[in-house]
Amino acid sequence: MSEAAKPRVVVVGAGPAGIRAAEALVVGGLVPVVIDEGERAGGQIYRRPPPGFTRPPEALYGSETAKAIALHRSFDSLVGAGRLVHHSRSSVIAIADGRLQVIGDAGARWMSYDRLILATGAMDRVMPMPGWENAGVYGLGAMQIALKAQGAALGRSIVLAGSGPLLTLLAVQLLKAGGQVAAVLDTASMRQQLRGFSGLAARPLFALRGLMMRRSLGRLYHAGVRLDRIEADERGSAVVLWRDEAGRSQRTSCDAVGLGWHLRAETRLADLAGCDFAYDETWRQWLPQADAMGRAGRGVYLAGDGLRILGADGAEVAGRLAAAACLQDLGLPFADISSERRRLARLNRFARGIAEAFPWPAEAAAGLPDDTVVCRCEGVTAGELRKTVEFGGGEVNRVKSLGRVGMGRCQGRYCELAAAEIVANAAGHACAAAAGRLRGQAPVRPAPISTLIQDAATGG
Amino acid sequence: MSMAAGEAGGRLVRLAETDRAPLRFFLDGAERRALAGDTVLSAVLSVAPALRRSEFGLEARAGFCLMGACQDCWIWQEDGPRLRACSTPLAEGMRLLSDAPREWP
Repeated sequence: MSEAAKPRVVVVGAGPAGIRAAEALVVGGLVPVVIDEGERAGGQIYRRPPPGFTRPPEALYGSETAKAIALHRSFDSLVGAGRLVHHSRSSVIAIADGRLQVIGDAGARWMSYDRLILATGAMDRVMPMPGWENAGVYGLGAMQIALKAQGAALGRSIVLAGSGPLLTLLAVQLLKAGGQVAAVLDTASMRQQLRGFSGLAARPLFALRGLMMRRSLGRLYHAGVRLDRIEADERGSAVVLWRDEAGRSQRTSCDAVGLGWHLRAETRLADLAGCDFAYDETWRQWLPQADAMGRAGRGVYLAGDGLRILGADGAEVAGRLAAAACLQDLGLPFADISSERRRLARLNRFARGIAEAFPWPAEAAAGLPDDTVVCRCEGVTAGELRKTVEFGGGEVNRVKSLGRVGMGRCQGRYCELAAAEIVANAAGHACAAAAGRLRGQAPVRPAPISTLIQDAATGG
Repeated sequence: MSMAAGEAGGRLVRLAETDRAPLRFFLDGAERRALAGDTVLSAVLSVAPALRRSEFGLEARAGFCLMGACQDCWIWQEDGPRLRACSTPLAEGMRLLSDAPREWP
């Protein structure tokens, strides 16, 4: 096949899924285009610091160092050899008629594709709590990024709260780097954590490593916690008020708080690409639908945490599978992937165990006081949200038009899941799924109006 | 500066990578120091507790996700355009504002 006749496959995202997908496409004889928001490929988990930083990879990626190095090297060598085209610091903000609208430092442009692989990853899943709108409250992932990519802690004394593997991992990483952790508050009880154990046994080494890390935290770690509120002053001092497993009120002084309950999938582009969605009871979120290889129809393939939250190892496998499916559909040679599919099934069992052991505390949403800010972008409170239910019924898109929850600059990424629980509870629905799914809207990232004017002027 | 200390009034504490070249920037007209490789967010938070005021509440804001998803960290520049602080590298001489310029309606 001549270069010009080769189908154009675009991969969005250069984390573990996007890198492995691009690599497999190259092996299949294509020259994929990779669009990624990062400066350098790696995604969030294997994010690389800017040039000039000197910590060795072991200090950044710990037990996952070999995987990080392998991914970075593979991608960089393919870019260096001209086997793929990498658009870094670029965001896809819209998809229409088989074309992507891409913005980067040079402005906006439309790019056509024959096949599209979306590897858009995930972000912190957050349950609002009174006071979380204050400066100094961050996602757990944000605190890890500050440490990894900037060598910095976002406070002198940090409370980490939420649940999931990152809670413990981040605490250990901060302490090891010389940061101060005031408390690690896990909303999952020991009983819940044991319940997920059979799933976790699908990866015994991984589970054991987590337990060892947990043990090293000693008395900093508290399970079965209820979070009441965060109080903060102008200069940055804060206190977290919480209740321990026995129900006793506790206060922990700090100047920064990290919050996170595992992850939520980044699905906005899958939505714009026309993928079907279904509510997943385990993850309590709407996830795009694809076959076991990642085929989502209409020439679109999905891979990584944006499809199923399996973590970095699962993302590598899913990236290879999606690329294999794409090559197969194009009638091109593709690698044998039967062992990869077995691996994915095991990772899936483990991920379900994680979801069970460290659950999203959906019931906390119903109990949020009326004056709690739910939408951080526009300061919309739980009470205002509940009031819109009386006018609009318990449906999230109606609630959005009436109450603006989901209309702010993050487009609901950080409030949508809690808002759905609140709406469902106020409307008397049995499950958040009954409150519906927030429709995606382009642009999926804020874009300077100047780039869009420029785009219109050049005829796009 | 000891390794685990931040500047007075700053939120961010540098734990590593402190041997980078210095960069100069301006926050609300005052000259400040940061390090080459800092994001705008890191630079500002190393000398201040927040980036901006919330448009919809009384509180200050200092970013939330650090990965370009939440849009909490937009910060003003003296010449008009706003920047997403978490994903913009600091450049020598940048002039940043913690509040909207006066002529902003």
